[in-house]
Amino acid sequence: MKKLLLLALCASTWSAWGQQSTLRAILQSDAQWYLRDEVLDPSGEFYPDERLLGQGFALFTYTDGDFSAGMRYENYQNVMLGFPPGFRGEGISYRYARLNRDRWNITVGNFYEQFGSGLIFRSYEERGLGLDNAMDGVRIITDLGHGLTVKGVLGRQRLYFGKGEGIVRGLDGEWSLNKVFPSLSEKQLYATVGASFVSKFQKSFDPILNLPNNVGAWATRANLTYKNFAWNTEYAYKINDPSYDNGYIYRPGTAFLSTLSYSQKGLGILASVKRIDNMSFRSNRDGQQFDLFINFLPPTTKPHTYALAALYPYATQVNGEMGGQFEINYMIPRGSKLGGKYGTQLSLNTSMANSIDKGFLEDGTRGEKGTQGYTSNPFAFGPIVYFRDVNASVTRKFSKKYKSQLTLFNFQYNKTVLNDGVGDITLLEAPGTDSIINVQAVVWENQIKLPKGQTLRTEFQLALADGFRGDMAMGLAEWTISPDWTIAVQDIYNYGHPSESRRIHYPIISLIHFNGPTRVQIGYGRQQQGIFCVGGVCRVVPPSSGLSFSLTTSL
Amino acid sequence: MLSGFFISTAMKKLTTLLLCLATSVLIAQGLPNAEIQNLQGQTLDASSLKSDGHPMIVSFWATWCKPCISELNAFHDYYIDLAEETGVKVLAISIDDPRTMSKVAPFVAGQAWEYNIFLDPNSNLRRAMGVNNVPHTFLLDGEGNIVWQANKYVPGEEEELAHKVEALAAGQPIE
Repeated sequence: MKKLLLLALCASTWSAWGQQSTLRAILQSDAQWYLRDEVLDPSGEFYPDERLLGQGFALFTYTDGDFSAGMRYENYQNVMLGFPPGFRGEGISYRYARLNRDRWNITVGNFYEQFGSGLIFRSYEERGLGLDNAMDGVRIITDLGHGLTVKGVLGRQRLYFGKGEGIVRGLDGEWSLNKVFPSLSEKQLYATVGASFVSKFQKSFDPILNLPNNVGAWATRANLTYKNFAWNTEYAYKINDPSYDNGYIYRPGTAFLSTLSYSQKGLGILASVKRIDNMSFRSNRDGQQFDLFINFLPPTTKPHTYALAALYPYATQVNGEMGGQFEINYMIPRGSKLGGKYGTQLSLNTSMANSIDKGFLEDGTRGEKGTQGYTSNPFAFGPIVYFRDVNASVTRKFSKKYKSQLTLFNFQYNKTVLNDGVGDITLLEAPGTDSIINVQAVVWENQIKLPKGQTLRTEFQLALADGFRGDMAMGLAEWTISPDWTIAVQDIYNYGHPSESRRIHYPIISLIHFNGPTRVQIGYGRQQQGIFCVGGVCRVVPPSSGLSFSLTTSL
Repeated sequence: MLSGFFISTAMKKLTTLLLCLATSVLIAQGLPNAEIQNLQGQTLDASSLKSDGHPMIVSFWATWCKPCISELNAFHDYYIDLAEETGVKVLAISIDDPRTMSKVAPFVAGQAWEYNIFLDPNSNLRRAMGVNNVPHTFLLDGEGNIVWQANKYVPGEEEELAHKVEALAAGQPIE
């Protein structure tokens, strides 16, 4: 009896502690009051009908032991300028239930998942850009033992507040060799290999073209780490998939991505190469913009965060690109003559991307609808320069109170392709009609600790461009008044714009308040037209002027 | 003799109870169930990362996030001593996606960080912990309870965090 009592007591303690349940929430709300700005937008082309646009979401996640469930409510009244206009109204856009027990992880409802780098499958969200291709269906992950994990997905993809009609199904297997051969770990060798297959189904009704209802794609990958070296390689193949993106050609698609890196304390080196050939993969063959992408083709360029450098971003060209990247990070050791008391960081990054080789078919056509499209030598670069970037930075902490960073950039930016969206086939027919902008930029950033826990951070930026946006200068001062309050003032002056009427200032003042996980920001000013990117995916942001408000918190 | 028997029975019960409590506390400890990767590309469950009764800092960051890097760099000056004195562990969880995740290892090497680095390319742990934007830093006590968090980095915060870690290790309450 006593034993039973003790057992009951133990069980109740167990349930009180072991089955600890948690409920977490994220809330974000953004709004902008738009003001008519005749200098920025003389014709009023970008001025919205609504004076105030606002949107927000709340995500709830409940976890109870090995069970979890969640939902996200979204509201767009109406969607803010620069976000896809397909987001309209309100509703529950994401909900799921998941059980992760023993060797099984089962999710029903919405989920995000990626196979390898995502060359044939990646469902993900980028809320800051309004991107969300969450799957709605079933995902099963099972651990088969011996280091083998298998994932299966089945469902349809989110399209704003609805779903795409195409069905997506995929299977991925990953094998960690170290689980079977533990001696590898002793030799500091880690190896993982994986393979996946994804297929989509969309019924076709085209009166002329015989379009495939089912399109399959497969990919293989290997990830090897030996001592300080790491090597990741992935190859993907997709059968013929005529689509709006590729001009309804029947050529199969391929993608290759390989990265070799070396890391030791104080030194990191990375080199990567990539080739993409006709790899747009959507669950709707007629999809445009960012709608219903099944895969993700990561750009191999460095994403820049300084405002003027970020005006020249690179996004993957899904119909074909070839390029590479090299990066080196080095820390001059602390205490050395050059390194100073705290060490000095050096970084060099360079990347390039060109079009791929696209030759005529035997019948003398290239890129024609309903054909094989083109021929291509996989080892030859195409003639169109998409992007070149060489950037270097030095960061040094001089004392407890002062830290500084100097960064230099040199870009070649194909405005015709990257900003205007003209395709390579069009440019191949009219060589030399694209406009490549040469940009040299410098950014000097300083951080000074002031008394009473205050800090001042400043940025001075200059970007000289031989066309397009022209020359620009920027200054920024960010004053952290206390741990809870920050005020920032910045101005970009586009003094060298080719068009005289656009040689204007873009001032913005922001006040930010922090309280634990809560952040409230109020801004007032002028935002220039540009391309806003997160993680290599970009969207065009129209020019606007006004008062903005943003609240984000986690509970 | 009889009293000895009682004492030993009571001791046994107490031991069982303590063992039972210890087990349940162990289960309550730490991070939620979520699949993440280490820098060797091996997949692991975040809930398997324990702090062994010491304070633990979980910091979400990315190679493209400047304030995140400033924070991890600034805190590193304190970390070397704190790790020795308090046993604090820092888990720096990178949310870099496939575009930049292969850069994480060489980047960390270039920064000469001694933190425990993990990758969360599918944002599994990020969603499970309610992280919206980076940087987002959590401080967990020895029992795995979140006692402090901040969704930003402002210079000087590293000092505040170091004080909180010291207070936790000394068994003092956190404001």
